[in-house]
Amino acid sequence: MSKKVVLGKVLLNEMIEKDVYKMVIRQEEAAKSAAPGQFVNLYTKSESMLLPRPISICEIGTDTLTLVYGVVGKGTKEFSSYNVGDAIKLTTALGNGFTPADAKVHILVGGGIGVPPLVELAKHLEGEKIAVIGFREAPFLHERLEELGVKVYVATDSGAHGFKGNVVELMEEKGLVGDYYYSCGPKPMLRALAAFCEAKGKPVQVSLEERMGCGYGACVGCVCKTKAANEVGYEQKKVCKDGPVFLGSEVAW
Amino acid sequence: MSKIDLSVNIGGGLILDNPITTASGTFSPRESSEFYDLNELGAMITKGIANVPWEGNPTPRIAETYGGMINSVGLQNPGVDYFIEHELPFAKQFNTKVIANVAGRSIEDYCEVVEKLSETDVDALEVNISCPNVKKGGIGFGVQCDLAGSVVKEVRRVSKKPLIIKLSPNVTDITEIAKAVEAEGADAISLINTLLGMKIDVHRMRPVIANKMGGFSGPAIKPVAVRMVYQVRRAVNVPIIGLGGIMTGEDAAEFILAGADAISVGTAALVNPTAPVDIKRELVEYMERYGFKNLAELRGALNE
Repeated sequence: MSKKVVLGKVLLNEMIEKDVYKMVIRQEEAAKSAAPGQFVNLYTKSESMLLPRPISICEIGTDTLTLVYGVVGKGTKEFSSYNVGDAIKLTTALGNGFTPADAKVHILVGGGIGVPPLVELAKHLEGEKIAVIGFREAPFLHERLEELGVKVYVATDSGAHGFKGNVVELMEEKGLVGDYYYSCGPKPMLRALAAFCEAKGKPVQVSLEERMGCGYGACVGCVCKTKAANEVGYEQKKVCKDGPVFLGSEVAW
Repeated sequence: MSKIDLSVNIGGGLILDNPITTASGTFSPRESSEFYDLNELGAMITKGIANVPWEGNPTPRIAETYGGMINSVGLQNPGVDYFIEHELPFAKQFNTKVIANVAGRSIEDYCEVVEKLSETDVDALEVNISCPNVKKGGIGFGVQCDLAGSVVKEVRRVSKKPLIIKLSPNVTDITEIAKAVEAEGADAISLINTLLGMKIDVHRMRPVIANKMGGFSGPAIKPVAVRMVYQVRRAVNVPIIGLGGIMTGEDAAEFILAGADAISVGTAALVNPTAPVDIKRELVEYMERYGFKNLAELRGALNE
């Protein structure tokens, strides 16, 4: 019985960018169970919304978790209305997160609401750390990454902030080369990055997203294909349980 | 905890310590055991197992609806041989009955799985007859009396295990199907499987589920399930495992009052992983409150 549903307390819940919120939850068991790249299931208070919402962990404290989440639907809209002191139901940490590698130069590549898990990861890496993060309009968490000693490069679709274009174009423009890559963001970005890393012969860990049911491996709702030496050349893995982090080289894009 | 006797005979000589089972497709022994003690269950009912591995449907496979959800996993499973070698031994280490759920695309498929599982130590088989029959243009086995009856007749011939038949609710008259499967030798009936449902994302103007339609489950469907259990109880004599939107101990009591001998917890366990044991505890609390000493008393208590 290594996993649990627990009650936490909201210590902070504020908008940090349009439709992006930062919530700090005090819950010691959840904090102690967590590692970078994992997620927690958050429960809404409305009985009409049954399914828990999987939210990636942005930072882990001794008895707190910091979550940075996008308001994308009714559930996350409800979370955004919570006040300091409110109770919130959540699970302890779920999934397999990032594995910090032994490398001289780490490059963290994030897209939009995929940036948050890279913050905790940055704290666990030794050596030079570079973040290349892309957004539609306005960046967030770039200053937090800088506080952690990460050299940050920002790209936006509109060009309103930083480089106009995507993160792979930005890495090429700046001639950024790392020994090991980690990434979380939209699938097209991850796919492009995996191809970029393969061409350069560099390893990359990618955190995949898929619509989940249970979040703990029971329903088999969120699957992805990984390469396998069988008749069809792939097998199906559960994003929530076997992932969400996979090696870019093992994903059958 | 109490003097209440929760044991129940669900047919074919199979007696469960308590009436709480896990609905097929919503339970995975390894994953669920990370949240609660599987010894607490009356029986674990596995995911659907076919004669060969099934890849399942494309993603997205899950959609949330008001008070419910739609799934279109497509019975992804690693096949019966893999199940027997890698999954059954894990499930059998607990002091809980293991009921293997069987899926098929043809009667031959069903029989192959049933024959293989008959040689193992599974305690019973639950046959999902909601699957489409590929030889009959994809019509579900469970929606016509003759088709449903013929599946049961053939698997009965090769089965050495208690045989539970899981009915589809997507039919005009559930009692006719129930009578047909009882007549061909079903030891018990479980109902209901999911209702066929659909959800459209009005902002993207497209179906949410990749396969467009899927199985609708959760508390939103409970009244349909209770009604069908009530109807089937009055149409057949075999034991009934009732399911469909059970979220609490009182929901479980409602199914038992309607005529169910045991119940399955499905969607609730996807929402809250410990739901089966929570519901068991709440059912005991309910029975204590009203002074029921066993399930037979509760089953007979409906005033009408």
